[in-house]
Amino acid sequence: MTDLSKLTAVEIAGLVASGETSAVEVTQAHLDRIGAVDDRVHAFLHVDTEGALTAARAVDERRAAGEELGPLAGVPVAVKDVLTTKGVPTTVGSKILEGWRPPYDSTIVERLRAAGTVMLGKTNMDEFAMGSSTEYSAYGPTRNPWDLERIPGGSGGGSAAALAAYEAPLSIGSDTGGSIRQPGAVTGTVGAKPTYGGTSRYGLVAFSSSLDTPGPCARTVLDAALLHEVIGGHDPRDSTSIPAPVPDVVAAARRGATGDLTGVKLGVVTEFTGEGAEPGVMAAFRESVEALAKLGAEIVEISCPHFKYALPAYYLIAPSECSSNLARFDGVRFGLRVGDDGNRSLEEVMSLTREAGFGPEVKRRIMIGTYALSSGYYDAYYGQAQKVRTLITRDFTSAFEQVDALISPTTPFVAFPIGSRTADPYQMYLADLFTIPTNLYGGPAISVPCGLSDGLPVGFQIMAPTMADDRMYRVAAALESAVGTLTPPTL
Amino acid sequence: MTTTLPAYDEVVARFEPVIGLETHVELGTNTKMWCGCPTDFGGEPNTRVCPVCLGLPGSLPVANKAAIEATIRIGLALNCSIAEWCRFARKNYFYPDMPKNFQISQYDEPLCFDGYLDVEVNGEMVRIGIERVHLEEDTGKTLHVGGATGRIHGATESLVDYNRAGIPLVEIVTKPIPGTGALAPEVARAYVAELRDVIRSLGVSDVRMEEGSLRCDVNTSLNRPGEEWGTRTETKNVNSLRSVERAVRSEMLRQASVLEAGGRITQETRHFHEDTGDTTSGRSKETATDYRYFPEPDLVPLAPDTAWVAELKAALPELPRLRRKRIQQDWGLSDLDMQSVVNAGAVELIEATVAAGATPAAARKWWLGELSRRANETGVELADVGATPAQVAELQGLVDAGKLNDKLARTVLEGVVAGEGSPTEIMTNRNLEVVSDTGALTAAVDEAIAANPDVADKIRSGKVAAAGALVGAVMKTTRGQADAKTVRELILARLGA
Repeated sequence: MTDLSKLTAVEIAGLVASGETSAVEVTQAHLDRIGAVDDRVHAFLHVDTEGALTAARAVDERRAAGEELGPLAGVPVAVKDVLTTKGVPTTVGSKILEGWRPPYDSTIVERLRAAGTVMLGKTNMDEFAMGSSTEYSAYGPTRNPWDLERIPGGSGGGSAAALAAYEAPLSIGSDTGGSIRQPGAVTGTVGAKPTYGGTSRYGLVAFSSSLDTPGPCARTVLDAALLHEVIGGHDPRDSTSIPAPVPDVVAAARRGATGDLTGVKLGVVTEFTGEGAEPGVMAAFRESVEALAKLGAEIVEISCPHFKYALPAYYLIAPSECSSNLARFDGVRFGLRVGDDGNRSLEEVMSLTREAGFGPEVKRRIMIGTYALSSGYYDAYYGQAQKVRTLITRDFTSAFEQVDALISPTTPFVAFPIGSRTADPYQMYLADLFTIPTNLYGGPAISVPCGLSDGLPVGFQIMAPTMADDRMYRVAAALESAVGTLTPPTL
Repeated sequence: MTTTLPAYDEVVARFEPVIGLETHVELGTNTKMWCGCPTDFGGEPNTRVCPVCLGLPGSLPVANKAAIEATIRIGLALNCSIAEWCRFARKNYFYPDMPKNFQISQYDEPLCFDGYLDVEVNGEMVRIGIERVHLEEDTGKTLHVGGATGRIHGATESLVDYNRAGIPLVEIVTKPIPGTGALAPEVARAYVAELRDVIRSLGVSDVRMEEGSLRCDVNTSLNRPGEEWGTRTETKNVNSLRSVERAVRSEMLRQASVLEAGGRITQETRHFHEDTGDTTSGRSKETATDYRYFPEPDLVPLAPDTAWVAELKAALPELPRLRRKRIQQDWGLSDLDMQSVVNAGAVELIEATVAAGATPAAARKWWLGELSRRANETGVELADVGATPAQVAELQGLVDAGKLNDKLARTVLEGVVAGEGSPTEIMTNRNLEVVSDTGALTAAVDEAIAANPDVADKIRSGKVAAAGALVGAVMKTTRGQADAKTVRELILARLGA
């Protein structure tokens, strides 16, 4: 019998639609897999067994009633714990929201339900999506299925590890500085960050509002595109949502899978191919660039001179916005409350709650952001960072006048051992060196597996102009057709 | 410490006041600023809330177009420029009535800026500069329980009602207003009154100070002539027109006494107390919170279409001051008469009464006379006295038709105010109509002549003035319901005079 958990979303949807298997069987297979491996991987913070089986039954009933099912009906999906789920715990990986059950669904989750996908549960993440290793989760780290002693990337390590461990064929992540792409890269899976505003942030617990972008994660490019199509598109409840149709990413992925990139011009970002990346990562990247050239793509080098300022600019803008976004976690209306013994003042209770509820990285960023926005420092820090953001955007727009897409390794290094970078925040921040510029610009980018370095996956990043998400799917699918998908070791 | 306050005329002889006003107006939109929750006043606590106005994690604001339109209309009515592009900003501070612990407001890019409002004080026109008009969200309401003051300090428990959180709030800030001298308190009051009338005429808010839909903070400073402006204080909690005037006056007196004693004015927030008319110190601005303003990343910038703004401008209603001028001319009132109409709050009432068919003079007579007296006695606004313009016009119609005389009309009006029905119904039900049936009247006249033969003789001999006594007698027997003029004519005709 086929191991249902090893199938792609496209294959599962086909089997469910044809009646060869039921959504309940598919769901049960994945729940069983979670039961078998998640005590080692720890991809999930909450498994919604009942909710998943109920949703699966509803799909089977609709099929039995002869209703037409969507392209992902009956396919299980794991959702990063940053998105609100009605009645299902949503913690954002933080103690401060332990036990909180939101009274409403995020738009993404609403669309997942409407499409007949089956939500298995909520995946682990760095607290408030701040981190690159999932070690900053208040509920313990997630482990990389390729090597359980190594990190699965972050902040969306849970969503990526769940794919690599075959606990789910699809998952949702959110990308503020690389939190979808970098975990995708180090777990050998596909992670796409859509154009900012192309996917709704309504119900996404905010880290940095002007950067946060929810997006799809999968084991294949086509699966990611199908998921992208389901969750994308205008949402009137998010005023930064773009009122335009989702680019036809599914057609683009299918076209790319034919392996023809004739007429496509790709720019290798000079600044990201120097000493910053590990040799093994660069080797896999170079090989993939050659593979793309063989498929007909024209390859040129493009310099983006301001990209080197992206990391410092990001570490002012994101913490500034987070210092304000996280102010609402004060113990008054929801979540954790500490020290309310009837003798303490409101201010003391707020302070004690935040002191106990937030972890070290969150506190660090709140402090940095509060400082950067302070009267007298605003112009020198937040204001200056916004100017850098404009310069980086100009680098992108001028590059896209010359090429169709930019390419680079997704992250400078493969999965590192758990605990090896937590002592030095800067070493951790470097993991996002290549992914951050895209967030500052707002365009789409995708990470696809492009080989191994010392037995660990390497990610290949394709960056496209805003609202040209289809372009990156085409290139990604072409690369996938040339280098193949990666199969993680058996757990 | 008790200090004797100096006399007001001494203060204004030695110091020049500079005032400034910040006014918050709750807009009367159907829904809140960032979500679809209803905005009506009252309601069980925390029933008009949703994830957005409760600031729940993940929720996002979406700007209310009606509120933006209302703000632009206020700006246009105050002769402001309208920004072609501006942003909302976050004002960060921790307080439990602020669900997100930041308020979405506007900072250095207000929607409307640089305007003015002309107000009339003692017949003089004073131009008040408008610095800015911007849009923000209201906070929830906190109730502090267990303390002596009702303030958070000393309270054992605090309750928060978020029904008001997220209601659109427009802040209107004047430029500093120097040069008003002794009139400063009256100018402040006249400005707020005029602003209230302007906003009411736009129909964008009910501007009720007592319900808090119009709230006012008053800035006051004093300087000696020729010197730089003094340090200002900001008086909060000023919740009626009368309080605006009193707050400025009281703050001028207090500051003068401090300055006269060689002291310094502290830049601070002060609270106004309705009962005493005094202000007391609140938090000091020298330790002011750093609000860490930055552009609101959850909202796209606001770029009102210039054609739309032009449309809104063209569709502005006649402004209250101009309307009053037109009305004064139409009604042929002197400045003094118009002033008394305005002071009585009777402009709209008289206008509506005239529209319902009464003459301006008659309408004014009823509203400023009988009805104003009654409103004063019962302590209600004239508009709430119990009679409508239509009823007053109907009453006057009955007088004009000769069915009621003045005395009877007053009696009927009492019935109207008491809620007995329309003037016609009351007249009929209480049988108050003037007796104009000459047959019945002739009998009463003959009876009076017979009962007073000597008076009748006087009239017969040409002393027509004596007829008054007979008229009185007839009125007595008809219980005042006869038309005195008719009675008099009948008597004279009967006696051949």
